[in-house]
Amino acid sequence: MSSADAAAAIPAPTRRRPVIAIILFALLALLPVAVSLGLPPHWLTLLTRAMIFAIAALSLDLILGVGGLVSFGHAAFVGIGAYATGIMITEGQTETLLILPVVVLLCALFGAVTGAVSLRTRGVTFIMITLAFGQMVYFLAQALSAYGGDDGLTLYERSTLLGFEPFKNRTGFYYVVLGVLIACYGLISVIVASRFGRALRAARENATRVAVTGFRVKGIQLLAYVISGMIAGLSGFLLANHTDFVSPAFMSWPRSGELIFMVVLGGVGSLHGAIIGAIAFLLTEDVLSGLTEHWKVIFGPMIVLFVLFTHGGLVGLLRKLGLGRHD
Amino acid sequence: MTEPVLVLAGLQKTFGALKVTDGVSLSVAPGELHALIGPNGAGKTTLVHQISGMLRPDTGSISFRGRDITALPPEKRARAGLARTFQITSTIPSLSVLENVALGVQARAAHPLALFRNAAHDESLNGPARAAIEAVGLADRAHVLAGSLSHGEKRALEIAMALTLEPAAILLDEPLAGVGREEGERLIALLRSLKGRYAMLLVEHDMEAVFALADTVSVLVYGRVIASGNPATVRADPAVREAYLGEEG
Repeated sequence: MSSADAAAAIPAPTRRRPVIAIILFALLALLPVAVSLGLPPHWLTLLTRAMIFAIAALSLDLILGVGGLVSFGHAAFVGIGAYATGIMITEGQTETLLILPVVVLLCALFGAVTGAVSLRTRGVTFIMITLAFGQMVYFLAQALSAYGGDDGLTLYERSTLLGFEPFKNRTGFYYVVLGVLIACYGLISVIVASRFGRALRAARENATRVAVTGFRVKGIQLLAYVISGMIAGLSGFLLANHTDFVSPAFMSWPRSGELIFMVVLGGVGSLHGAIIGAIAFLLTEDVLSGLTEHWKVIFGPMIVLFVLFTHGGLVGLLRKLGLGRHD
Repeated sequence: MTEPVLVLAGLQKTFGALKVTDGVSLSVAPGELHALIGPNGAGKTTLVHQISGMLRPDTGSISFRGRDITALPPEKRARAGLARTFQITSTIPSLSVLENVALGVQARAAHPLALFRNAAHDESLNGPARAAIEAVGLADRAHVLAGSLSHGEKRALEIAMALTLEPAAILLDEPLAGVGREEGERLIALLRSLKGRYAMLLVEHDMEAVFALADTVSVLVYGRVIASGNPATVRADPAVREAYLGEEG
């Protein structure tokens, strides 16, 4: 049979457009307009923070949702990014073009070392070992007495970029974060759709099959882990600038758990789900903590009910309502 | 006579006190279909696992295309041209048939793990994948998710995935197990169409299929090869008859 016959018999795969993500980014881009029309400016700060966490959740979705690796230490990368930024600023180095390479390299290094060890295990052991590495960094930060130790480190300056101050103005900061979020979404989408991404997705479901097809599965997963860590570090850089403060709590294990929940809340593996999940999480937290001091008593059961009654997270819910993927 | 593609020499494997592979030596010549039969628990799958690299034998050696591969991990054996299918079908359920097969093409491409190049619309992957899908008769199912295929179709998909490795030898672990009569006949026809082009080691329970397809039959009982030869000789062997007493054949 000639390949021309085969080509005629088997049509090309259909292309999908990221409709939900485009709508989401458009709405986010319009928020400052709504603020200028009278929405409380508090929203701008809240959404900036939400988008910073969305970047971290998005990076986690690459290994958790796409790669099937449940890392319980992802906040460590955010913390390393935030601390590297905080320490450099405290030492008088505010230039973004110098801070970012340090952040990304440190996270890549941390990811390569801890990933190489963690990936020797699977399942619950993997969860536990990533948790242990996360806690190691947490205690390390607590021990950094020169940089605040347990109390954290207050920053009196924000990062600069070639003499400009992109993080000074609230609206400017908002758009910078939105830009980074869109860029990260684009980058991770491209990776997921690539040959590498296909092998990573396949290994989530059937590592043995991928190995006997000729791929070194651990190597693929390690690279995904490192890339994910580098992007999470980037969110740490933004977080330090946004809060003007870094503290060991940034990388405590409950924070890693929150990141997992954001991904699950939005819908595992869909990427835009991680963004929606992070925003929904921070908005809910904000609204509830405004109602009562004991907001976690309400938030906890909400999480349980949500997980019980929606499969596929918010994205799954949207799909059920007919707003799902349109080809 | 040509050099064999695959040679097993004195393989031993024990699990605790149980000898699951007990001095197995056999060879498969280019284009030969070598069937491995034996009662349940004879150690057939364990042997296939050792050949494909998922288990390491305690002693003995495996050589493939003249090279000792005893210590190589599965992915290196695959890249050397040793493909396999599984007794329990092993595909990627959430990828389409085309993507499953293209993954195999990708493994042998120049940049198997390119980070930024789109895979789904890559003709250099999809072209050969389509040809393999056609060869196993799954053309009209190309965009169906592997998870929603029938059992027999999954078997055919696994064979298509094996073919994309451009293998020198294919290990087939019970490709007919659990498949209905009609699909079974289609699979037997497929195996026959591949015969002569690839060296194949076929582990199978279906005696009718084995004796119809095989050039050579080896009988494994309690981890040992008790008989080996052309189908007619093996069928007449008294030791084989005893081992299979009460079973098919």
